[in-house]
Amino acid sequence: MKASTSVAITAFVLVAGFALCALQFPNIASTRVVANLLTDNAFLGIVAAGMTFVIISGGIDLSVGSVIGFTTVFTALAIERWGIPPLAAFAMVLVLCALFGAAMGTVIHVFELPPFIVTLAGMFLARGVSFLLSTESIPITTPIYSAVSDFAIRLPGGGRLTAIAIAMLVILVLCALLLHLTRFGANVYALGGSRAATALMGIPVGPMTIRIYMLSSVLAGLAGIVFSFYTAAGYSLSAVGVELDTIAAVVIGGTLLTGGQGSVIGTFLGVLIQGMIQTYINFDGTLSSWWTKIATGVLLFVFIALQQGLMALARRSSLKPAGAKLAGAKSPEVKPAGALT
Amino acid sequence: MSDPSAPPATRPSLLDIRGLSKSFGTLKALDGVDFTLGEGEIHALLGENGAGKSTLIKVVTGVFARDAGTVRLAGREIAPRSAKDAVDAGIATVYQEVNLLPNLSVAQNLFLGRQPTRFGVVREGEMKRRARALLFDYGLDIDVGAPLSSYSVAVQHITAIARAVDLSARVLILDEPTASLDRHEVEILFSVMRKLAERGIGIVFVSHFLDQVYEICDRVTVLRNGRLIGARDIADLPRIDLIRMMLGRELAETTHERAASQPDTAREVCVSFKGFGKQGYVAPFDLELRRGEVVGLAGLLGSGRTETARLVFGAERADSGEAKIGGKAIRLNSPRDGAGFGFGYCPEERKTEGIVADLTVRENIVLALQARRGLHRPLSRREQDEIAMRYIRMLDIRPPDPERPIGLLSGGNQQKALLARWLATSPKLLVLDEPTRGIDVGAHAEIIRLVRELCEQGLALLVISSELDEIVTYSNRVVVLRDRAHVEELKGDAVEVSSILAAIAADTAPAHEAAS
Repeated sequence: MKASTSVAITAFVLVAGFALCALQFPNIASTRVVANLLTDNAFLGIVAAGMTFVIISGGIDLSVGSVIGFTTVFTALAIERWGIPPLAAFAMVLVLCALFGAAMGTVIHVFELPPFIVTLAGMFLARGVSFLLSTESIPITTPIYSAVSDFAIRLPGGGRLTAIAIAMLVILVLCALLLHLTRFGANVYALGGSRAATALMGIPVGPMTIRIYMLSSVLAGLAGIVFSFYTAAGYSLSAVGVELDTIAAVVIGGTLLTGGQGSVIGTFLGVLIQGMIQTYINFDGTLSSWWTKIATGVLLFVFIALQQGLMALARRSSLKPAGAKLAGAKSPEVKPAGALT
Repeated sequence: MSDPSAPPATRPSLLDIRGLSKSFGTLKALDGVDFTLGEGEIHALLGENGAGKSTLIKVVTGVFARDAGTVRLAGREIAPRSAKDAVDAGIATVYQEVNLLPNLSVAQNLFLGRQPTRFGVVREGEMKRRARALLFDYGLDIDVGAPLSSYSVAVQHITAIARAVDLSARVLILDEPTASLDRHEVEILFSVMRKLAERGIGIVFVSHFLDQVYEICDRVTVLRNGRLIGARDIADLPRIDLIRMMLGRELAETTHERAASQPDTAREVCVSFKGFGKQGYVAPFDLELRRGEVVGLAGLLGSGRTETARLVFGAERADSGEAKIGGKAIRLNSPRDGAGFGFGYCPEERKTEGIVADLTVRENIVLALQARRGLHRPLSRREQDEIAMRYIRMLDIRPPDPERPIGLLSGGNQQKALLARWLATSPKLLVLDEPTRGIDVGAHAEIIRLVRELCEQGLALLVISSELDEIVTYSNRVVVLRDRAHVEELKGDAVEVSSILAAIAADTAPAHEAAS
């Protein structure tokens, strides 16, 4: 109920914002612009889907930007220098990402460390390894890359739905199904509700944690592959700071940073809002592209405040607020004054 | 009644606990406790704070490992190592704070981890249908798709019970389930409990509401200081006997001598309260605390003893009445105010509200004195050492090492260090809430001796204790509380265990109606 309210607000902001942009620049309302927006943000959408799982489960994954960077470098090297066929290279890099995510999840669970710290370490580690591999940008010239880049579904109105945009949409749909329709998804929400209660209810908390971070890292790896298609290069400095854009998209999409609530569709809307701001700034032409960050920052503030407001409202209207429970525990015999002698 | 721990002949025994022991350090939390629960029996587990109820539950449910003893479930010995083990064995626990997931739907909470699926997809419709059917059995007809947090605590409790029972629980432990429920919700819960008992499930009911115990339970087991006091059929047990089991001490142990009592009027009044109280917390009371006198506060758990102490110290803000020192009304709105007037307060929750576990004994002792002096006049290290050593010697705190983190000391020595903290401020009034709780026998006697000595030195003392013999030993006057009101004040020769018991047990009927 509350979750859908947040998503509805995000959707409203997106539609209203888009309408305002279209009023000023009528050309924005075209399939061409929208399709480009999807292409430009394909990697962000994919990595944000993974982040949605992590944040709903009550964690955070700061390593995703570095994992994207690592993936692009590794893929480029594997294809261009080591002569590995692209598909084999993708498989290798995804396995590495999965192992990396599993390692972070294991450390978080076994040593009971805060995910923030563990994934921060993971962030430095992944970035460091990509620099070890190569400090230069490595162009990828294999024919598959140009073939995939040229592939697109033509939309009415001149838009081109590119392969990587399609990949993002497919991955988002799969993630949404996984989160909302499976036991795994229910467990993710449960973990975010209360780790202790989830364990008491017999859910294997450790394996769940490991799988969630694996999922996030694999999706970051996929995002890295998509990014390498997008730029046709591997570079160890790519996607610096993307973890923060990702978290912003997830939060703007109505997912609670404290966990327990959120949705993939909301995250998708959050990604689109960021893309829309970027598009507006491109159309305007006079604004610095850094205004995207400022607008994102303002939106984040507004959305977090909004969520808090909604939560407070829900708390007031619900029958027995948590506060009353606490008070009850402390003074179990509170009675009407009339009962006192 | 000849063998109090034998189950009634009519009921086959379901849960059978023999000689269960558990120690924490030197403190025996459970000492050879027996407990027998029959099939379809609702069995109250009673005792004051620290009696060992929660330790017993935690051992049975696998949270703590036991030191000795056996637990048999339907004749088979079990040794659960985790809450999940216990659930698998058939013992489910529902705590006062519901251990479910407020953000998930009621249906998901009921079926988490075992949702009906088809090709890996949860069959939402089927799950909701089953959830509705399940809760319907418990007299609930609610939208199971709504998040759990949108329902009252009673519904959450019943959901937790339904989940537990559906996981084939045979023993259901309800730990203070009614503490945050209103009368109507209690009725709903009780009807659920009766229904479950009819199905042969054994229910352990932990509560400190005696009326509810008499209303719902078949048998009662009373623990005190980690020991079994007895198990009885509730129908054969008059209320005063039950209270005596909970509070009294065996007569053989009472070797107390009453403090020589002087007429009250002879002593100088330290602080007086008139119509002092707080709505919904403790009813307005009159209380005079005099120098060189110990006033004991007696009553059952939840009767308003701690609440009174907190009001007196200023830890809680009164909304009626006034407090006077030397005839002048004073402002008593915060612990800071209380400390400013020379009051000291050693709270019941020593570990969480009393000591600062990671600081040393010295730092803990000088805490209140330094707070009173303020930030700008720090005690020099030499002064601190001197104060710490003086009290360590005076109160015989062991080990006599001021630089040891206080968390490493035994309970009795922590309590002495807390006393030292306030004594260092040369207080006029000391409020001690359960000063002997969780302390081994030797230290127990010492604390009592200290209370008396302090009194002789002219301090005014307000002491709370669940041990009536203890209260009788050092109190000049005893205020008896019931249902959050001061109901009687006993003086002089009237201060004895039997009269206190009578005052606590008298006229308990109103509590029943008041709860509605």
